[in-house]
Amino acid sequence: MDYYNLMRIFAFIHLLVSIPHGYSNYVETKAGQFFSSGHTNNWAVLVCTSRFWFNYRHVANTLSVYRSVKRLGIPDSHIVLMLADDMACNYRNPKPATVFSHKNMELNVYGDDVEVDYRGYEVTVENFLRVLTGRLPPSTPRSKRLLSDDRSNILIYLTGHGGNGFLKFQDSEEISNMELADAFEQMWQKRRYNELLFIIDTCQGASMYERFYSPNLMALASSQVGEDSLSHQPDLAIGVHLMDKYTFYLLEFLEEVHPASQANMNDLFKVCPQSQCVSTPGHRTDLFQRDPGSVLITDFFGSVRKVEITKDTINLTSPVEPPIQRSGSGDIQIESLTYVDQLPVAEIIHQKPKQKDWHPPDGFILGLWTLILLVFFQTYGIKHLKHIF
Amino acid sequence: MAALQLEKQRVRNAVLAIAAVVIVVGIPLWWKTTETYRAWLPYSEISELDSLQLQLSVDIEVVFSRGTLTPEQQKKVPLSHVNVKEHQIDAKTGLRYKYETRYRTATIMEEDALNQPTAAEADLSLHMLSENSCGSVVVYVIPESSALMPEDVKAYVGQRRTVLLRSPPFRSSWSLKEVLSNLDVEVEQVVSTMSFGHQDIVAALSNRVRMTKVTKESMADSMRAIKSSPGYEITFSLLNPDPKSHSLHWDIEGAVQSYIQPLLNKLAPIANFSVDSQILYYAVLGVNPRFDNSVSAYTLSADSLSHVINPVEARLGSNAASSNPVLNFLLYVPDAHHSPLYIRDHSKREVPSNAFHSPRWGGIMVYNVNEMYGPEAERPVDININMAKVMGVFLAQLRLMLGVQRTHPPTGFVLQSPGSAGLADWELDRLLWSRSVENIATASTTITSLAQLLDQIGNIVINDNVAQQVSSAVTSLQSAVAELEAGNLAFALHYSREAVLASERAFFDPSLLHLLYFPDDQKFAIYIPLFLPMCVPIVLSLLKTVSEAKQRLADKQAKSD
Repeated sequence: MDYYNLMRIFAFIHLLVSIPHGYSNYVETKAGQFFSSGHTNNWAVLVCTSRFWFNYRHVANTLSVYRSVKRLGIPDSHIVLMLADDMACNYRNPKPATVFSHKNMELNVYGDDVEVDYRGYEVTVENFLRVLTGRLPPSTPRSKRLLSDDRSNILIYLTGHGGNGFLKFQDSEEISNMELADAFEQMWQKRRYNELLFIIDTCQGASMYERFYSPNLMALASSQVGEDSLSHQPDLAIGVHLMDKYTFYLLEFLEEVHPASQANMNDLFKVCPQSQCVSTPGHRTDLFQRDPGSVLITDFFGSVRKVEITKDTINLTSPVEPPIQRSGSGDIQIESLTYVDQLPVAEIIHQKPKQKDWHPPDGFILGLWTLILLVFFQTYGIKHLKHIF
Repeated sequence: MAALQLEKQRVRNAVLAIAAVVIVVGIPLWWKTTETYRAWLPYSEISELDSLQLQLSVDIEVVFSRGTLTPEQQKKVPLSHVNVKEHQIDAKTGLRYKYETRYRTATIMEEDALNQPTAAEADLSLHMLSENSCGSVVVYVIPESSALMPEDVKAYVGQRRTVLLRSPPFRSSWSLKEVLSNLDVEVEQVVSTMSFGHQDIVAALSNRVRMTKVTKESMADSMRAIKSSPGYEITFSLLNPDPKSHSLHWDIEGAVQSYIQPLLNKLAPIANFSVDSQILYYAVLGVNPRFDNSVSAYTLSADSLSHVINPVEARLGSNAASSNPVLNFLLYVPDAHHSPLYIRDHSKREVPSNAFHSPRWGGIMVYNVNEMYGPEAERPVDININMAKVMGVFLAQLRLMLGVQRTHPPTGFVLQSPGSAGLADWELDRLLWSRSVENIATASTTITSLAQLLDQIGNIVINDNVAQQVSSAVTSLQSAVAELEAGNLAFALHYSREAVLASERAFFDPSLLHLLYFPDDQKFAIYIPLFLPMCVPIVLSLLKTVSEAKQRLADKQAKSD
């Protein structure tokens, strides 16, 4: 009995001693987390590169990733969303103002809080490269710029139609993997990112990250070289395929992630194995410095802020001075500002007809006259013209 | 036969003429019209800038007041002494610290100033006498038994660049050299507190040098402080989630004018600042606070603070016209049902300032108003916010955000509080040192990488304005390095700022986008259909002419034989 008592007392004392030690360990790990990732803000560049109604699934892919990224905390001011075509208000959309990602219209990823920064024909290879490298004209507004610094983690998501070494933009131009690798190197030279996660969901997507050579890049692709990425399910009411397989399972995975989650990159690599995706997803981590198992999903998809308690304050004793009054000139007439008339009826009613500039005759008229002249000369011949004139 | 001969000759002449025109006129014309316009860049000077050898010179003046030195020792003063420390950071970056110390005795006016009752007043009257140049440090050595400072205080660092140092014990039999070497230890301590530290400078070079061995604290400092930028936007926001209960009034214009503007005016050499404010109604924190029975108040634990910022940030506006980094300072007044609200730190203790900040983003302060009115007050209650208390916290956070490093002075040192400007002159000097070095490092890496890029890709067009920006960046950089060497900190900062602006403008010029990635097979595919049909007849006829000429020569030989 004594022995047991002794053991109990010993264990109790040991517990008492280890509690503060364990607690300081906890504080240490909390402080350690401050430094573990080295980033202070998050950015996302989400690009859909294809247009036309039958490429509905690419827009739905991009909007699903946009939705997840917003839900996990990245604000609109830090997301650059590029959609090459407008599916929600497309005249072929039987349910306007919606973009669905599940068949039977279960999940509307368009919602009422979508901010598209580059739309329609603004989504070009040139604009995409300009956003990445920062070489935008000075008149570009803040929402269209990637204002990242050396402590930003950036998520880049591309989707569309691709091939071995290229990605098609807008059905008329393409971006090659070499250009993309050079753009990332330019970003690295100017320290525009701390770490970068590149996800691509196209056919032969792995070819796009083959040529990367800058540090701190991690890449994921939905299919290897020589494989096609397949789409998931058609919806019979809408009439097109709604999502691609890889992004569908990626969205399913991300719906389980919440801002405080500890899921890491190794879980992301396991998303959509070949049995579900038919294509083999690939990833590349050799340029990344940290071990993927220690990288949290929220390091890229979410925006968990590092926070410190403010310990020092400054003692301000002087009273608040009233703001400097404008001296003297109280006669400045500030004109009252008004909105422009939405429908200037007076101007429309009393409008004079516009003087139209003269244009030379259009192609059709020209062709018609040429035909008539040809037939005329054919019939009468040049030599006999003198009889007519 | 003669006609045939003539015909053949004409043909030969024609072929030769055409070949001559193609080669002499055509090829240079094609080359000239397909080359890209590339203005001249000073590549040699840029490659010189690639290896950066910085010298930082500090001017230290040590003034001996009456009673510190014996007349014997005093004879040898004034003298000066130079101390140089070299550090090689990596293969391309080297640092040299040059400390120039001048020793002299105090003038009569300085002695009068030092006769004041307290150290603070002595500091003030010393400042009235002379203005010290940016980056210098002046040490006034006062007698060991002086009553100017309390017993245990070894040094009193004033608001400007002066420090009152209690002299260490000297023996009157010592020669001046021994006295000075004894004093040097103390002076070095002073200088390391008031002037730049090696870790700060190395952290400022983080653009050039990959950080491998840095202390956790300096890494936290480098993550917290915002990067050097030509301008900053500071936004003060008042969040009122409960306008039905509280009608808040804050005199933000006056508060900014009185408290924040002096600091910003002092920091004007570093960057341009623009300040604005906004009030947000019905803005809630994204986290539910927990009610703590022991203090009968709501508490926010330190872990949940990271999730507070994101939902709020979506509602904050910012000036869309500039791309300057934004620092947000939020004042949150909790709603009546969740008052009072306290923040707890990691060890569950109360935080006196009730505020927290996020590196490179800004700060949030929670201001409780439940004590200002009773339950019977008519809703909404008019509340005037005490701006002095609020601005005290925001000013401290602003200092941290802008990179004013926290100093840990050695024991026995007393730092005078910064006063109305919020920033002591020597703290500003520290900031100027690290900012100049950071700007120089950034500008040099930008310029060298731009030159490398333009060199590598042969078909990027280099416009005149890009070349001009690059040249001006190079000259500014050279001036900045020279001024640092000479010890003129203010000029060095000015030139380094110009260098950064010019290099950024050159690097981010919209015309420098190369979409001209042409692999070689594409180039062949373009040129062959154009030139092959033209070149084949010319080349073949040339060959024929040459073989005919050879034939004729052989015939002539045969004939003459």
